[in-house]
Amino acid sequence: MPPTSTLAFRERTALALTPHPSIGAALNTAAASAPRRSPARRAAWWQTARGPLQRLVFAWPFPVAVLLLWQFAAAHELIPVQILPPPSTVAATFADLYAQGELQTHLLISLQRVVYGFVAGTGLGLLLGVAMGLSATAKDYLYPTFKLFAQVPSLGWLPLLMLLVGIDEALKIILIGKAAFVPVAMNTYQGIRHVPVQYLEVASVYRFTHPQLVHKVLLPAAFPPIWNGVRYGLTHAWLALVGVELLASSEGLGYLIVYGRQLYQLDVVLAAVVVVGSVGFVLDKLLALVEQRLLRWRPESF
Amino acid sequence: MSRLQAVTASKARSRDWRGLALPAAFVVLWWAAVAWQWVDPRLVPSPAEVARRAWRSVAEPQFGLGVLASLWRHVAGFVLGALAGAALGLLMGLSRWTERLVGPTFHTLKQISLFAWLPLLATWLGSGDPAKMLFIALSAFYPVALCSFEGVRQISPAQFEVARVHGFSRRQRLTLLVLPAAAPQIATGVQLGLVSAWLATIGAEFLLAKQGVGLGDTVIRGRAAFDVPLVIFGMLVIGTLGALMNRLAGLLESRVLRWQGPAR
Repeated sequence: MPPTSTLAFRERTALALTPHPSIGAALNTAAASAPRRSPARRAAWWQTARGPLQRLVFAWPFPVAVLLLWQFAAAHELIPVQILPPPSTVAATFADLYAQGELQTHLLISLQRVVYGFVAGTGLGLLLGVAMGLSATAKDYLYPTFKLFAQVPSLGWLPLLMLLVGIDEALKIILIGKAAFVPVAMNTYQGIRHVPVQYLEVASVYRFTHPQLVHKVLLPAAFPPIWNGVRYGLTHAWLALVGVELLASSEGLGYLIVYGRQLYQLDVVLAAVVVVGSVGFVLDKLLALVEQRLLRWRPESF
Repeated sequence: MSRLQAVTASKARSRDWRGLALPAAFVVLWWAAVAWQWVDPRLVPSPAEVARRAWRSVAEPQFGLGVLASLWRHVAGFVLGALAGAALGLLMGLSRWTERLVGPTFHTLKQISLFAWLPLLATWLGSGDPAKMLFIALSAFYPVALCSFEGVRQISPAQFEVARVHGFSRRQRLTLLVLPAAAPQIATGVQLGLVSAWLATIGAEFLLAKQGVGLGDTVIRGRAAFDVPLVIFGMLVIGTLGALMNRLAGLLESRVLRWQGPAR
């Protein structure tokens, strides 16, 4: 049997497991084959656009109502402004911090830390996860220790690390790396472990060699859970970043929050919180987009 | 099938010792590093010294009280957050309007890194137990809400049709169909929430440690006093308690979900 190409193999396994092409894909082809501006095409467009449009419209009333209520309460001083500055003040502070470039400086520092820690942690996590997933021996030796290591929450390591490496950059990067490392290693290991037996059987029918099996079956099939782990890893890394910056830092978004709180400037705190939330959101969306792009070969209903 | 299980079981048993190799090597290395002074002994105390400190801590009533206080905060905050989370998750799963109106806000707020809330909560509620517990509740709220929502969403429409055919009332539909069908997912959420709440408990105690009693408070004060053995022992306790609680939740889950038969 000559070695089949990766793509052909994937198609074959995918076809074997998905009896129907997805409805979305069928709709798209129907729309594409219809002539331009025909009612059918418009109807198809409406079909696909209606859901997201509705979603967008209904998403706004609730947060807008909350903001209005908050603004109203602050304007009529139902709540002291020091305790809860109105959204307008927060927005003004936000613009101020942005104009002074302070926000960008802190954001840049935080992002840099997250990227270093995340890349290091994810790299190590992938290595360990793949090793434990592919080799039972590696799993037997490493898994219990890994489990132990994962039990202490990432911030729990902070006091010890502070004593061992001080409170410099190294501390932050190690902690952020640890936060990303655990979910990535865990999901990689379990993703490889849980590849359906049928795939392995197909591979053995085709007499795949071990490298072929790893490269053409195990890794593509385990990719979705692995990528999930990477996404979790990034979320955890961002969480750890804010935590460590709150506790031990003199710059970065977490520091901005602490600083604002110490001066009782809650508008600064809230502006920083908004940035923390937005960055978390953007990072997660980015990884989701990459996932979609990397998984184009999969039929939707897989 | 049974033969296969027997084989894997015996294999697993004969391999048990392998998992101990790495920790054992680590302790030996640690001991050697201190014994031959490869490292500053003030920075890295010997295992024996940590054990001595542990013994002394356990004898102090204060340490035990701190652990109890942390556990109480953790459990109370967790229960609060998990109940609220399950309620919102079920509501979003069952009511299309709730999902449309609140869902996007929920998914956006979820992105705010948890610890960013802590200073705000501390300003609003002071740095005592209410702020900590609310923070812990928040940390458990998100995973439980998310998993319950997804659990309800995964129930097949056919099951709802059967319920309709049988003329289930709203309440029956909830207790006889939705809750049992979503139970495994909710259980996953509870597990995630427990882990996240423990992290939040320790984090809150680190950050608001001024005059509080708690495991995190003890450890962070140990750091300030340069009491390395205490810090190491504290971390071990934090890890052990976290692991124990996960174990407990896992046991509870398999007991509650026993009707489902062997793990899928």
